[in-house]
Amino acid sequence: MRRTKGTRLAVAGLVGPFLLLFLAFFIAPVLYTLYRSLLVVHRSGPLGLGGAENVFGGLTNYRWALEDPGFLAGFGRILLFGVVQVPVMILGATVLALLLDTASARWKGFFRSAYFLPYGVPGVIASILWGFLYTPGISPVSELFGALGIPVDFLSSGSILWSIANIVTWTYAGYNMLVIIAQLNAIDPALREAARIDGANAWQIAIRIKLPLIRPALVLNTVFSIIGTLQLFTEPLLLKPLSGYIDVEYTPNMSAYAEAFTNNDYGLAAAQSIIVAVTCFVLSFGFLKLVGRRGA
Amino acid sequence: MPERASKILVTAVLAVAAVYFLLPVYWLAVAATKTTTGLYGSSGLWFSEPRLWTNLGQLFSHDGGIYLRWVANTLLYAGVGALAGTWLSAACGYAIAKFSFRGREMVFNLVLGGVLIPFTVLALPLYLIFSSLGLANTYASVLLPSMVSPFGVYLARIYADAAIPDELLESGRIDGAGEFRIFNTIVLRLMKPALVTVFLFQFVAIWTNYFLPLVMLSDSSLYSLPLGLAAWSTASERDAVLTQLTVGGAFVSVVPLMIAMLFLQRYWKGGLTEGSVKS
Repeated sequence: MRRTKGTRLAVAGLVGPFLLLFLAFFIAPVLYTLYRSLLVVHRSGPLGLGGAENVFGGLTNYRWALEDPGFLAGFGRILLFGVVQVPVMILGATVLALLLDTASARWKGFFRSAYFLPYGVPGVIASILWGFLYTPGISPVSELFGALGIPVDFLSSGSILWSIANIVTWTYAGYNMLVIIAQLNAIDPALREAARIDGANAWQIAIRIKLPLIRPALVLNTVFSIIGTLQLFTEPLLLKPLSGYIDVEYTPNMSAYAEAFTNNDYGLAAAQSIIVAVTCFVLSFGFLKLVGRRGA
Repeated sequence: MPERASKILVTAVLAVAAVYFLLPVYWLAVAATKTTTGLYGSSGLWFSEPRLWTNLGQLFSHDGGIYLRWVANTLLYAGVGALAGTWLSAACGYAIAKFSFRGREMVFNLVLGGVLIPFTVLALPLYLIFSSLGLANTYASVLLPSMVSPFGVYLARIYADAAIPDELLESGRIDGAGEFRIFNTIVLRLMKPALVTVFLFQFVAIWTNYFLPLVMLSDSSLYSLPLGLAAWSTASERDAVLTQLTVGGAFVSVVPLMIAMLFLQRYWKGGLTEGSVKS
């Protein structure tokens, strides 16, 4: 009897602290956001100057959000961004991981560290850094392209989205590579040895043996990248002063931030955040379903 | 000699990739030694009238040494936040792995779902909650939410499942040790490899986080380093001196990081895919 009581106490003591903070800082905010997204500001008196109060508005905020062309454009932009950036980054990370895993690679430790380094650079600093590298007159990159006779403008309307994609790729490719390497290290060495004895070359081993076995790492990376893409905020915000083509609604998260802190419309901001969250869930689970079915 | 050719080819590709990842850092190192005019007037790839010490002196003394204050704040947020977060995740993950209690799977699934929640959904209401409690714009407003790491609980559970033998716990109990003593002395030690990963993961997550401090903090003496540098970067449009300070500040923040990454990256290799490796 005492044993069960002690165990129960132990479980409460071990799970309790985390659960309490999780409820306070994860669950409560989500519920509060849901609640606020259902309230609209109702103004009374002449010209609406008589005072404002929050009244239940049903899905009004959601309708407003989905009717806002700027918000929708931001959504479209972010989807386009993700469709291009995520595969490019995952592919790049996979190639680098597989190359580092071959017997032919030299200075593996140095290369691995070099690729992983940007992961620790905060988005703010990465954006400031690349911002300089995109600015004509400062940038050695523009200089280099100019000398080759190819004028490039990293901040033009057509290229700014891909300039942001480059910052994100630079920051996270090495992290993704490391996750893949961790999985490659878990492959049974006997498996490679057997394939090698059977006469498979390095290329065949990479494609036929390693690639299928690192699938879980690729799936994990892709899901995290999808979530990250939908939350894009820091990089465009920091590049905004440099490029006139980035507005306050450039990404859905920027829209929500502007609604909350510039326009003081928490209801609309909450609805926009919820729309981002739901899209996150749908795309993440959709992706998992998709790869799950193929794998079966 | 095809083997030699492939060695050269593979290494060449890896080297080109290294240039891509390191070039911005190299540019930053060079730029940190220049004057603001030198930034615009000289080649970005080579030094011009280097004066690193003068620049560093300006960086550390500007605005009453606020830069060092930001560094200290960031170390506080990331260090304390990650340490507390790791212990909390370890305790929760271990309990879910090794005890059976009502709602166990529900708690785990709820926590796992937390990984998918975008930060805007959290940060805006957190600001409203903290400001209604009078806690917005305090150290606590950034520290407390940073201590929650759902991903940490996930890793801790998977690792505890695999690495902690029930027999060991049982023998600890027979020897009369309490559950907390068992956790703090035996379990934490056994889980060390996973906990290092959780700590580093959380440390970097807090250190690179911009949104939470941006939303919470208005007093610049409480800023984290990214928030402070972003403020300088924005203000440099009006005050040109800040351009060099932003560059120098970014450089100084990246150097210790490069050193840390060199030493720490081997710890990252284990643990990251703990859950997805084998089954």
